[in-house]
Amino acid sequence: MKIRPYGDTLSDGKVQSSFTLPCKADEAGLEAAKQFAKQMGYLDPNIVHAEEIGEGFSFFVVYGSVPYLVETDDIKVEKIETPTLSRGEIEELIENEIGRDVIFIGASTGTDAHTVGIDAIMNMKGFAGHYGLERYKHIKAHNLGSQVPNEEFVRQAKLLHADVLLVSQTVTQKDVHLKNMVNLVEILEAENMRQDVILIAGGARITHELAKELGYDAGFGPKKYAEDVASFAINELIKRKRNDS
Amino acid sequence: MNKLDLDKQTISECRTIAMGIADDIQAFIAKHTTVSIERTILRLLGVDGVDALGVPMPNVMVEEIREKGNLGPGISLYLAGALQETKMGIDEFVEAYKKGKVSLLGHTLPTAKEADEILKPYYSKTLAIIKENRRIRDRLKNERNVPDMQIYVIVATGNIYEDVVQAKAAARAGADIIAVIRSTGQSLLDYVPYGITTEGFGGTYATQANFQVMRKALDEVGDELGRYIQLVNYASGLCMPEIAAMAALERLDVLLNDSMYGIIFRDINMQRTFIDQYFSRLINAYAGITINTGEDNYLTTSDAVEEAHTVLASQFINEAFAKKALLPEKLMGLGHAFEIDPLVENSFLMEVAQAEMAREIFPDAPLKYMPPTKHITGNIFRATMQDTMFNMATVMTDQSIHLLGMMTEAIHTPFLADRFLAIENARTVQTALKSARDEICFKPDGFVVNRAKTVLNNAKDFLKEVKEINLFRALEAGMFAGVKRPYDGGKGLDGVVVKEKDYFNVVADRMEAELNEN
Repeated sequence: MKIRPYGDTLSDGKVQSSFTLPCKADEAGLEAAKQFAKQMGYLDPNIVHAEEIGEGFSFFVVYGSVPYLVETDDIKVEKIETPTLSRGEIEELIENEIGRDVIFIGASTGTDAHTVGIDAIMNMKGFAGHYGLERYKHIKAHNLGSQVPNEEFVRQAKLLHADVLLVSQTVTQKDVHLKNMVNLVEILEAENMRQDVILIAGGARITHELAKELGYDAGFGPKKYAEDVASFAINELIKRKRNDS
Repeated sequence: MNKLDLDKQTISECRTIAMGIADDIQAFIAKHTTVSIERTILRLLGVDGVDALGVPMPNVMVEEIREKGNLGPGISLYLAGALQETKMGIDEFVEAYKKGKVSLLGHTLPTAKEADEILKPYYSKTLAIIKENRRIRDRLKNERNVPDMQIYVIVATGNIYEDVVQAKAAARAGADIIAVIRSTGQSLLDYVPYGITTEGFGGTYATQANFQVMRKALDEVGDELGRYIQLVNYASGLCMPEIAAMAALERLDVLLNDSMYGIIFRDINMQRTFIDQYFSRLINAYAGITINTGEDNYLTTSDAVEEAHTVLASQFINEAFAKKALLPEKLMGLGHAFEIDPLVENSFLMEVAQAEMAREIFPDAPLKYMPPTKHITGNIFRATMQDTMFNMATVMTDQSIHLLGMMTEAIHTPFLADRFLAIENARTVQTALKSARDEICFKPDGFVVNRAKTVLNNAKDFLKEVKEINLFRALEAGMFAGVKRPYDGGKGLDGVVVKEKDYFNVVADRMEAELNEN
């Protein structure tokens, strides 16, 4: 099926955007915004708001229609195929299929100082009514906190015999988080550990596809909770165990 | 104007317990110094610059003594002894030192009195700069009518010159306070980077040269607008007192400066942090710099409904430590935040209760109120709505330092337009609710009053528990923000030094004496 954005009539192609230009919000500025919007693909850009915001910059809001179509039948995305189980089901699965405690370690690695993401997955309380991994029977969850250097993270992984490594990345400026994520994979490979652990990335701007691309086993973005992460990790562990034997 | 009519006896009990908690720690602080404190003394004696490898001279000199000697008597005595015997002035000595011609070791250590005589010309010069900065700030604030509720925004491009563009635009849009967020990870450096920097991650390095660039820019835009634009940086991490000294020298107005934040959220050793925070706050008291505390952070890791009392308890503890460092109430920007899940029933009322409670308990403190971050989802339109509710709570409860929320929270460091829209939002709410506070009174025994009472009582019980086991043990037990920190763990413990009997800190003694006189 071919689709385009919807305003109030199917296929009207209505979109909005806002941007800042280094110019005044006068007639010439409005025209600059309009021309810019046309280059963005707007057929009939309507500059609905223009305002000078200091130091020679102006802010514009634009509405209009775009002609583009997307063929949904051609879309292929990498997504996590394992179903999300409940906490009870996960605990049972570990008991029956693995027969020992599974060890998770997690951290906001590199220079990232944000702990909201990793806390939401790991801490007892969890987030939005979804308990964190600390509350799971048969899961030993070690939350190392924020700004953990990759080297230290790998050292702890060894020390604690971690099965699953959770990496949280929140702040992103000039793509520093991507370099940091790749660096971890490189260290794990250099230490000959990459195959022995399940490596999972999480964060507001992380997708499964991006994580796979960077050499992770999975990636979890917004609205994913402890049970999503644990379901994937435990299923993956079981899969690997079967392949080994 | 006590709208909640909270029990004065309970409040005063909380203060007494908190002071007891601080007393226990202060006894420990008094017996110790740190490498950062000793480096700060050097800075306040005028030592600056870097060696051939780019290492800051205060680090080079303190390290020499730590590695080859004994830092127990303190750097003041070593330097005074060296100056006396080499017959050099400080500038000459530092130059010779860089060339390896002189050492701090191998000289007879003078008495404290002698050292004070020798070093007086140097600290007098820097302290005079700091006092002059204080006078300038006081004068400009008076002449230009700084509003009671001040709009605070951050800039964080990594490039100090780009920060200047953003900061000036924000000032023109109505911001009163500009914070230059530090490059992530700087709090864990045991030195302060040197010179002007144009690259950083998630922020811009705090250096004395960068402070100077931004101060000048804000003075320029302030002169033009007829306002005084205040400048903020972060005296947290491993270099608390050094940053405070640089801020004092460059006329920063506000510093993030919490007594426990580094321990809980940056895994900095607790002994190190408590010792460092004292001297950093003493410098702030001397320089007239407003401190901001970091209680808002508790609520990003803990639940804002259940853990509200830990925020209040921490405010009491921060207040007690600030008093120990001779900071007056009007410089205590105690922190808290609007972090309850907006989908919780009556969440707004609970926020108002917490904010009004802080206002009532700390009437003279320029409270720092932080916007929602934890429950901002990436839906920028919803974020705008949450920020508007936060702005309303701010105005209704008369908060002082109004740190604006950004609709792009959790997406990127703010764009120019994000900041503009945030300021527009805050100013609109300020105007629309101009006299709201005068009109509002709370139902006695209503939801808001009862919520505040509960939080206050819980805070008292919590403080009692902390006092009983002492603050070190409470931090080990994870009583704050659910984070456990070992007494001997974390970063920076190797920089803690036991003071010897003759220990002397020429700057601290002077500052304490002058502050106690006034």
